[in-house]
Amino acid sequence: MSDGVPSVTRVSGTAVPIRGNDIDTDQIIPARFLKVVSFEGLGQFAFFDQRYDEADEPTDHPMNRPRHEDANVLVVNANFGCGSSREHAPQALMRWGIDAIVGESFAEIFAGNCLSLGIPTVTASAEEITALQEWVDGNPDEEVTVDIEAETVTYSDNTVDATVGEGQRTALVDGIWDTTALMRSNQAAIDATATDLPYVDGGQP
Amino acid sequence: MSEGTLYDKVWDAHRVTTLPNGQDQLFVGLHLIHEVTSPQAFSMLAEREMDVARPELTLGTVDHIVPTDDRTRPYDDAAEEMMQSLEQNAAEAGIELLDPTTGDQGIVHVVGPEQGLTQPGKTIVCGDSHTATHGAFGALAFGIGTSQIRDVLATGTVAMEKKAVRHIEVTGELGEGVTAKDVILGIIRRLGTDGGVGYVYEYGGEAIEALDMAGRMSLCNMSIEGGARAGYVNPDETTYAWLESTDYFEDNPGEFERLRPYWESVRSDADADYDDVVTVDGTALEPMVTWGTTPEQGVGITDPVPEPSSLPEDKRQRARDAQAHMGVEPGETMEGYPVDVAFLGSCTNARLPDLRRAASVLDGRTVHDSVRALVVPGSQRVSTAAEAEGLRETFVEAGFEWREPGCSMCLAMNDDQLVGDEVCASSSNRNFVGRQGSSAGRTVLMNPSMVAAAAVAGEVTDVRDLPPTGTPGSQPGVSV
Repeated sequence: MSDGVPSVTRVSGTAVPIRGNDIDTDQIIPARFLKVVSFEGLGQFAFFDQRYDEADEPTDHPMNRPRHEDANVLVVNANFGCGSSREHAPQALMRWGIDAIVGESFAEIFAGNCLSLGIPTVTASAEEITALQEWVDGNPDEEVTVDIEAETVTYSDNTVDATVGEGQRTALVDGIWDTTALMRSNQAAIDATATDLPYVDGGQP
Repeated sequence: MSEGTLYDKVWDAHRVTTLPNGQDQLFVGLHLIHEVTSPQAFSMLAEREMDVARPELTLGTVDHIVPTDDRTRPYDDAAEEMMQSLEQNAAEAGIELLDPTTGDQGIVHVVGPEQGLTQPGKTIVCGDSHTATHGAFGALAFGIGTSQIRDVLATGTVAMEKKAVRHIEVTGELGEGVTAKDVILGIIRRLGTDGGVGYVYEYGGEAIEALDMAGRMSLCNMSIEGGARAGYVNPDETTYAWLESTDYFEDNPGEFERLRPYWESVRSDADADYDDVVTVDGTALEPMVTWGTTPEQGVGITDPVPEPSSLPEDKRQRARDAQAHMGVEPGETMEGYPVDVAFLGSCTNARLPDLRRAASVLDGRTVHDSVRALVVPGSQRVSTAAEAEGLRETFVEAGFEWREPGCSMCLAMNDDQLVGDEVCASSSNRNFVGRQGSSAGRTVLMNPSMVAAAAVAGEVTDVRDLPPTGTPGSQPGVSV
């Protein structure tokens, strides 16, 4: 895997809008579904308490609508993913089928977790997001293209300027979003840093 | 760009290199792990045939799923599996695990400082968003996801982008009954739940310097609720006094004096440059309560719940939805809002001074008939110390259930949950819909004394207005 981190330059597919500001990770995946030692199978629990009512009957949540069942681009509003650091949240979305998220803004830990999974979190203005969400409502079978390299989101005849950010763009486009092996290869520099820290015993592992 | 701040200094001291993706690789001085977010990371490590790089800088405890009532093993199936997974991973890697048999178990953000391992100038990470708590000691501490836990386990380092620094100056002396919890809820109300995105918060000023370490931890703890991944207070004599009294420094004579110059050196310079400065009048704050479903939806206890139309346009719909969920009316104060459950616990407010404050309100009073009240000490050490002081007796006599340490009803991963649309007066940190285990449940965040007052009154109450009981030491608002 270390040498095989795929490049993510562009994500295309149908979209699903989930509206609202400050959608927290407790909503994305309630805590009771965290009692697992593996992320496998979490997709079915994404937004569970909003997708199912108290009688466990499906609601009209966008992710329950047949027209969005194959969507892989999620379109959200501001401060999406705030709250708990649980990676279970992007894991659940990814395992439901989401490959890219477009929104007004993202909470930091959530965006970092998405990047660790190779999922772009791309931002655009509130007006552009609202317009995109409305277009998706009317055109659930049409594709949205998130171009990470060009920093654009394209749908129908519209190409919207989006912000990816230098760090995220480089990481995704150059395939360096999984940094474990890369960081491990800097062992000499790690040891040197540790040696200079007064609280680390001898600086050596 | 900031310069000369604690954040800059600690960052620079721990920076290994800049990675080709533009992120800095930071050395991690303390990695705290718990049972919910680490098992998958250990599995990923095993898949990649990698070992744990620095077990000696890693510490484990169990808090999220552990039961707080009957702790007889095995726990329920899922909880038991997670426990065993952590036990096995820790044993195989040689990581110390503070499980309930040690007498040192507790909420991870209570345990680290208690053990003397949370120190100024360290980088501290944990797979938990409330890791900023450790910033109370002048550490650079932040929450990470499970893939990043894998990175830290495998390398002892983490990849991060440097943030801007906002200094938040809280001036003046806090009023009677006003605590660190009220300060942070006031800050979040003003700056918003996403106001801190892209920033680290440095808290300073007279009101902050006067806080004890428990208060500073409550403050830094909720930085993430304001969108800031990390928050900190510069270390001072209060910090050093805490550290000197820990087992770690008592067991390692000489270490305290040896490390102290480093701690002093990482303090923000008097002429440090900040990316932003915000000043908050500490004297104007009063006990805060939330009326909605995000931590920024709060008011002073004597202030009315806002009309959604009076809020900025982008916050109005959220406010209307929240008021509908909570069943609160704008224009009225939160006083008198009926409460079904009182929860005193969590990494925000379950330390000894928190328990003392609540107990001083409960002394000579009893929990209202309609209220189910539980106190969940932050750690076994807190629990033992509280028992020694007679606090347990006070809580139990008043009608609180005294529980074993854990995260409990803050996130409701164990059996401690709201039922239906119950209202919880809670000393925790999140009032999100569904957070406390019931999607119809309602959470009102407040400080520990206010939780105790709500438990007694059966409704949200200004602790400063509780009628006296006639028992010495039971006056409300007594600062202990």
